[in-house]
Amino acid sequence: MLSIKDLYVSVEGMEILKGINLEVKPGEVHAIMGPNGSGKSTLANVLAGKEEYEVTSGSVLFDGEDLLEKAPEDRAKDGLFLSFQYPVEIPGVPMVNFLKSAVNEHRKHKGEKELTAGEFLKLMREKMDMVDMHPNLTNRSVNEGFSGGEKKKNEIFQMALLEPRLAILDETDSGLDIDALKTVANGVNALRSPERSAIVVTHYQRLLDYIVPDFVHILYKGKIVKTAGKELALELEEKGYDWIKTDN
Amino acid sequence: MEDQDKILSDVTQGEYKYGFVTDIETDIIEKGLNEDVIRLISAKKEEPEFMLNFRLEAYRRWLKMKMPNWAYLKVPAIDFQAISYYAAPKNKAKYDSLDEVDPELLETFNKLGIPLEEQKQLAGVAVDAVIDSVSVKTTFKETLAEKGIIFCSFSEAVKEHPELVQKYLGQAVPVADNYFAALNSAVFSDGSFCYIPKGVRCPMELSTYFRINAANTGQFERTLIVADDDSYVSYLEGCTAPMRDENQLHAAVVEIIALDRAEVKYSTVQNWYPGDKNGKGGIYNFVTKRGVCRGVSSKISWTQVETGSAITWKYPSCILMGDNSVGEFNSVAVTNNHQQADTGSKMIHIGKNTKSTIISKGISAGKSDNSYRGLVKILPGAKNSRNFSQCDSLLLNDTCGAHTFPYIEVGNKSSVVEHEATTSKIGEDQIFYCNQRGIDTEMAIGMIVNGYAKEVLNKLPMEFAVEAQKLLQISLEGSVG
Ligand SMILES: Nc1ncnc2c1ncn2[C@@H]1O[C@H](COP(=O)(O)OP(=O)(O)OP(=O)(O)O)[C@@H](O)[C@H]1O
Ligand SMILES: [Mg+2]
Repeated sequence: MLSIKDLYVSVEGMEILKGINLEVKPGEVHAIMGPNGSGKSTLANVLAGKEEYEVTSGSVLFDGEDLLEKAPEDRAKDGLFLSFQYPVEIPGVPMVNFLKSAVNEHRKHKGEKELTAGEFLKLMREKMDMVDMHPNLTNRSVNEGFSGGEKKKNEIFQMALLEPRLAILDETDSGLDIDALKTVANGVNALRSPERSAIVVTHYQRLLDYIVPDFVHILYKGKIVKTAGKELALELEEKGYDWIKTDN
Repeated sequence: MEDQDKILSDVTQGEYKYGFVTDIETDIIEKGLNEDVIRLISAKKEEPEFMLNFRLEAYRRWLKMKMPNWAYLKVPAIDFQAISYYAAPKNKAKYDSLDEVDPELLETFNKLGIPLEEQKQLAGVAVDAVIDSVSVKTTFKETLAEKGIIFCSFSEAVKEHPELVQKYLGQAVPVADNYFAALNSAVFSDGSFCYIPKGVRCPMELSTYFRINAANTGQFERTLIVADDDSYVSYLEGCTAPMRDENQLHAAVVEIIALDRAEVKYSTVQNWYPGDKNGKGGIYNFVTKRGVCRGVSSKISWTQVETGSAITWKYPSCILMGDNSVGEFNSVAVTNNHQQADTGSKMIHIGKNTKSTIISKGISAGKSDNSYRGLVKILPGAKNSRNFSQCDSLLLNDTCGAHTFPYIEVGNKSSVVEHEATTSKIGEDQIFYCNQRGIDTEMAIGMIVNGYAKEVLNKLPMEFAVEAQKLLQISLEGSVG
């Protein structure tokens, strides 16, 4: 599904990712952990197609196609979803309009009929229940004045609406209370299927109790320095990153 | 970053969507301006003496005036002798039904997406369609007549209600108020007239579609709205003109008079041909709009969405004479490519306890310049008066400009004036967020800009707001749409 080969990425002349290799197969969940500033969000953003990150070498294939060639909106419509670490506010743009446009752009891309306002509202209510979104939030402007936790939930709500095949969650668990954490995990688990995959960036193994990963990778100074099964998260929780740092 | 700028510039180099010319036979007089031309216009319109005198006085004063140059605009020299000052469709008979209307004309409205047929069905919208200065079709007249409301072309008002016209014409905008108002007063061809009698709430939104059509014909519209005591009216003006190469001058005048406790809402969507990507062609729009809150507790609000014209020079104003009167100005002005806009408002507080609000949202793209210019003046006698002004500018790239020129004069100690201003660049993170959800950059910009202007768009009547939202999107889009 996703195949990253020897990826080097710079921002404003500074090299941040220094040779990433990662293979995500359909149905797999990969967790990425690592100290602050190691390049986790950079990786997520590069995959989603954010402008300011320059790929200096390496390749990324998504479903066998060159991902890096594509515009961000095409990547999204091909089924790549990024739950942002810091979701941005868009004042004055009603959530409902925003979401309806997003859903219909996806549908057009797949050759499906666009949803009418009524059909969309029905779908929206369904998904809202699923992730326990307060109905008031969809009447407001995109993320405007949402609390930290509400913003994160909103990301998962959008994921539920768009049903991506590859979901990248960048610290979606940060700032969530324990109930919200479970809801978010349920949202992700509900999408789990043999065709869908996820990359979960997190600092806390607690999330991985709910979303059980197939692999855990440690990203450090722009490289994946260790890969193992879910037990690696527990080990990190216990020992911190010092042992990794001294090794590298 | 560069790529982002490139996308933004691609997106914002939209071509004008409503560029076409209709082929209706017109009766045009020779180019040029002198007293004989003015007498000829007045004669063709079979006007009474007072109108001719009004025109001649305006013309004589205009001759002594100079084109204003204080605005932040580069205005090419205008040759007033190269303009024809009168054009009327030849078949100017009034029609009883749409079947009788020139099919070419109906087609024009169809292209604009505002077919009269649909308009008729549109809940409660009476349409006084002005093509090339002479009214062609007026609908819903009977309903209005039942309430004693007069809504007709200006020429008709001059014939049928000369006493009202004589009483109020030039009361808000005196003949020699400014260069362009004087010119308009001298040569105006037609426009709309509206009178709401005492105690009457106009049951529908009144609307006029203006259109410039004959080549080389300056357009000089005149609108006069009088709201008598305790009356209410909401008036909509929308315009779009065909694409052409030569610059066209437009100098309209709109006057509003609100008597005791009357309320007038005036909404505009302005979408005239802005010129091509290189700044060639486009309408020069020099408009004088002023309302006088003459009565106590009267209220006048101007709401405008300005996306068109190569040059816009426009300051809808309120003179708050009556005690407790209220003035409002809500504006969204979009400039793209080489467009220039210098627009804003004047609020003159004369009565006690008068209140005014100015909300201005300027959005600039391409190589355009967008200026807000506003005057808030509180006279010594206007005790306990208040003004709040909020002027925001949004830039879509680094090649456009936004400027703010607020002038504030407070003549007493019991009044309060507040002014807030912000300038920001469109958020690349916001665009990326939309992209990540499958929404392309064009659409994202449309959404973000509409969100930005929402506070003003919300003030527009419902069906107008939808049109305005589309317009904002279109004026910033590529040829899509
Ligand atoms: N746009 C940018 N401009 C300059 N530096 C950047 C930019 N984006 C990221 N960086 C730098 O790249 C490095 C990696 O940042 P990144 O956000 O990918 O880290 P992270 O692993 O997600 O950290 P955290 O766990 O704190 O979220 C940091 O040193 C950061 O300052
Ligand atoms: Mg991060």
